Amino acid sequence: MDIFLQSLVSGLLIGGLYAIIGIGMTLIMGVLKIINLAHGQILMVAMYITWVLWNFLGIDPYLSIFITIPLVFVFAEGLSKYLLHPLIEKDSILPENQVLMTVGIGMVLVELARSIFTSDYRSIQTSYTEKSLYIGKISLSFPLVIAFIIAIFLTIGLFYLLSKTDLGRSIRATSQDKFSATLMGISAGKITILTYGLGSALDAAAGSLLLPVYYLYPDVGPLFTVKAFVITILGGLGSTVGAIAGGLVLGIAETFGATYISSGYRDATGLVIFLIVLVFFPGGLKRFTKV
Amino acid sequence: MSILTLDNLTKNFGGLMAVDHVSLSVEEGEILGLIGPNGSGKTTIFNLINQYFPVSEGKVFFNGTDITHKKTHEIAKIGIGRTFQKVRPLKRLTVEDNVMAAAFARESTFAGARSVAREVLKFCNLDSSSMLLAGSLPIGGRKRLEIAKALATRPKLILLDETAAGLNPGELDEAIGIIKKIRDELGITVLIVEHIIKVIMTLSDRIHAIAHGATIAEGTPEHVAKNPTVIESYLGSDYNVEDHLNV
Amino acid sequence: MEEKKTKLLDVSKTEWIILASAIVMPFIFDFSPYIQGLLIFILLWVILGSSWNLLAGFTGQVSFGHAAFFGMGAYAAAIPMLHFKISPWWGLLTGGLAAVILGYLLGVLVFRLRGPYLALGTLASGEILRLVFGEEEWLTNGHVGILYMTTWVSKYPYYFIALALAVCALISVKLVMKSKAGFYFLSIREDEDAAEALGIDTKKYKNVSMAISTFWAGTAGAFYMIYMGFIDPEVVFALHNISIITILVGIIGGVGTIWGPAIGALIMVFVQELFRSAIFGIAPQWVSGLHALIFGVLVIIVILYLPGGVVGDWKLLLKKLKLSKSLEVSK
Repeated sequence: MDIFLQSLVSGLLIGGLYAIIGIGMTLIMGVLKIINLAHGQILMVAMYITWVLWNFLGIDPYLSIFITIPLVFVFAEGLSKYLLHPLIEKDSILPENQVLMTVGIGMVLVELARSIFTSDYRSIQTSYTEKSLYIGKISLSFPLVIAFIIAIFLTIGLFYLLSKTDLGRSIRATSQDKFSATLMGISAGKITILTYGLGSALDAAAGSLLLPVYYLYPDVGPLFTVKAFVITILGGLGSTVGAIAGGLVLGIAETFGATYISSGYRDATGLVIFLIVLVFFPGGLKRFTKV
Repeated sequence: MSILTLDNLTKNFGGLMAVDHVSLSVEEGEILGLIGPNGSGKTTIFNLINQYFPVSEGKVFFNGTDITHKKTHEIAKIGIGRTFQKVRPLKRLTVEDNVMAAAFARESTFAGARSVAREVLKFCNLDSSSMLLAGSLPIGGRKRLEIAKALATRPKLILLDETAAGLNPGELDEAIGIIKKIRDELGITVLIVEHIIKVIMTLSDRIHAIAHGATIAEGTPEHVAKNPTVIESYLGSDYNVEDHLNV
Repeated sequence: MEEKKTKLLDVSKTEWIILASAIVMPFIFDFSPYIQGLLIFILLWVILGSSWNLLAGFTGQVSFGHAAFFGMGAYAAAIPMLHFKISPWWGLLTGGLAAVILGYLLGVLVFRLRGPYLALGTLASGEILRLVFGEEEWLTNGHVGILYMTTWVSKYPYYFIALALAVCALISVKLVMKSKAGFYFLSIREDEDAAEALGIDTKKYKNVSMAISTFWAGTAGAFYMIYMGFIDPEVVFALHNISIITILVGIIGGVGTIWGPAIGALIMVFVQELFRSAIFGIAPQWVSGLHALIFGVLVIIVILYLPGGVVGDWKLLLKKLKLSKSLEVSK
C-alpha cells in the first residue's frame, strides 16, 4: 500500500509539471490547428537558459522563470511569425507542412544545443535538490513540491488570462472559429502568432521548474515532445482542463508503469495509453470529465 | 418501376431532426427535382443515400435491394453516382486524370479508363480543357467536371447537388443541356437538388418538396408550384407561378 | 490524332543513363571504402524514402513511424539467426513480409485516423516498438543488440545488391502509379470522402499502399542488418535518425514525385558528409559538428521556399537561382 501511495503521489507531483507542458501544447493546437513537434525542444531551450543562468550567474532556477518565460516567449513568437505563419498561404501537396516545419525547427534547436553545449548530461545541484518532505512513510521531493505549487499558480494565472481578459477571449474565439473571429474584428493572424509564443512560454516555465529534478542533454527535447502530445491527446484536443487531467494521468501512469511493470517500460506505458485513447476515444479524457 | 425508394428515411443529429420520415420514389428514366429552403435537409438526404452519414431510421432501396447499410464506395459501384454542392476536384491532377480515377470504377485497364474519360469529357464539353489541372478550371468547368466524374463511374442513377449554383446565364443553359442529355441520351435517371427555379422547372418531370426535413408536397412542377405550403415556405408569398412556367 | 502507345513502364533516356552509370561507375573509378559506404547509404535512403513517399506523398497518409517497419525488417533477418542459426540473408525475403504484416496490423489501428492524428499514431507505434524490442531481451538480446559476421569484406557486392533493391523499389513505385491503384492513391490523397463517392474502397487501397511501402522499408531494414552486421533497437527503431530523416529526405527531394526521394537521399548524404568532413578538411574542425544542424536548416529553407521539394519545384528552383545570378551580375 505504501508503495502504491508513494507512486501515486510522485506521479501527481511530476504530473503537475506535465500539465503545464500540456496546456501550452493545447493552446497551440487549439489556435494553430497543428501539432507542435518542437514543443519539447523549446522546453529544452528553456532548460539550457536556466542552466546557464544558474551556472554562470548563480540565479536560482525557480527565480529564473522570470527570465526564461519572456525570453522564450519572444523567441517562439519569432519562430511563429517567420517560419510557421508564412506557410498558411503556401499550397503544398501535404497539408501537414506546418507540422513538418516544426520537425525542422526541433531538429535545428537540438543540433544548435549540441554544437554549443555538447551532448554531455547536465544537472544542477542546489542546496535543496536532495531534500525531501515526509507525510507518514511517503516522501515528497522538495523541489518537486515547489515546482508543483508554482505550476498551480501559473495555471491559475493562465485561466485568469483566458477567461477575464480581452486577449484571452480573442484567443478562445480564434480557437473555436477562426473565420467568425475574424468577422468580429479579431486579427486572427496576430492571435495565432501570439498564441504560439504564449504556449511556448508555459513550456519554458516547465523547463525551468524541471531542471532541479531532471537532467539535461540536447535529446531531452524530442523526449518531451512525445510526452507533450501524449498529454494533449489524453486530455482531449483543445481542452485546457483536459490537458491538466492528461498531465496528471501521464505522470501517474509513468510512475506506476515504472513501479509495477519495469522501469524500461516507463515511457512505453504513456505511449500505449496514448495510442488507445487516440484510436478509440478520439475525444480524450474530456469525454469523461464533461468540461 | 422505381429505381430508388426512400422509405421513412430519418436522420437525427443529436436531437435535431435533419431528415424527418421522408418517403419518396424515383422512377426509372425520370428527372426528379428535390426542392426546399436552405437547411431543409436536401444535401443530408443525398448524404444518407450514399451513406456518408449512417441512417438513423428508415430504409433506402435501389432497384428493389436494401442498400441502407452498404458502404459509400459500394453504393457508387452498384450504380449511384453523385456530385457535391461544394465541388471537390482532385486539384493537382489534370481534368482527364480526375475523370480517369472515376472511370476505374468500371474499367480495370489504363487504356479503357482513358477512353471512358475522353468520351465523358466530350459529353460534358470539357474535352478542350482535359489537360489542364483541375484546380485551375473556372467554376463553370468545375461543376461540369463534377458531373463528368459521376458519369464516368457509369451510374444508373445520378444525384446532382446544386450543379447550377454560381453559374452565369450562358453556363446555366449549357448545364441544363447536359443534364437533359444525361437522361435523354444516356438513359440515366436523375435526382436533382437545385435552388435555381429556372433549372428545376425546366428539367424536372416531377418535384418533391421538403421543409424542415419533412415532405410538404409532391407532383408535377405546375402542381407543386401552386401548392400554398410550398409557396409559403420556399418560393415566398408573392411568388407568381405563371412567370416561371414559360421559361 | 495519333495515339501514343502506353508502355507498361516508361523509362526515359536520363533514367537509363543514371542506371548505366550507377552500374559502370565502380568499375571505372577506384572508390575508397569510405565513398563506397556512402554510396550504399544513399541507396538505402533511396529505398526508405521511396517507401515513405508512396504512402505519404502519393497516398497522403503521412507516417512518422517508418522506423517501425525498417526495424521490423532488420529484426526479421536477425532473430532467426540469433536463435536458430538461420542465415540473415533470408531476411531479404522475410524482412519485407514481416514489415507488411506489422503494417497491416498497425493500419487496422491507425487508418481510423486522419492527417496529423495519423502522424501521431504512427509515431507512437514506432516508439512503442523501439521500447518493446529493447525490453524483451529473451527474444531480441535487448540493448546489447545482435551481431553478425558480415559475409564479404569488400563493399562492392553490397553496393550492387543495394542498387538492385533501389531500382526495384523505384520500378515498383513507377508501375503502381501508372495503374488503377495509383490513380486511387492520388484520389485518396486529394480528398478521401470524394474518393469514396467515386466507388473507391479507400480503406482497401490505403492498405495496398501501406503494404507496398512497408515491404520496401522492411527489405531495407533486412539489408541494413546484413550489411552492417550489427543492430540494436536504438539504431533501427530510431525516431529521429530513421523515421524523421526518412520524411525529410522525401520533403527535400519532393513528396509525390517518383524521383524526389532519390534526389533527397543524395542531397541529404552529400550535405551531411560535406560538413562532417569539415568541407574536405578545408574548414576548421568544429565545422564537422554542424552537419546535422546544416541539414535541419536546409529542411526549413526547402519547406519555406520550395514546398514541392527539389524535384517537384524544379522549375521554380531554376528560376530562383537564375534570378539571384542576374542580381549578382547587375551589382
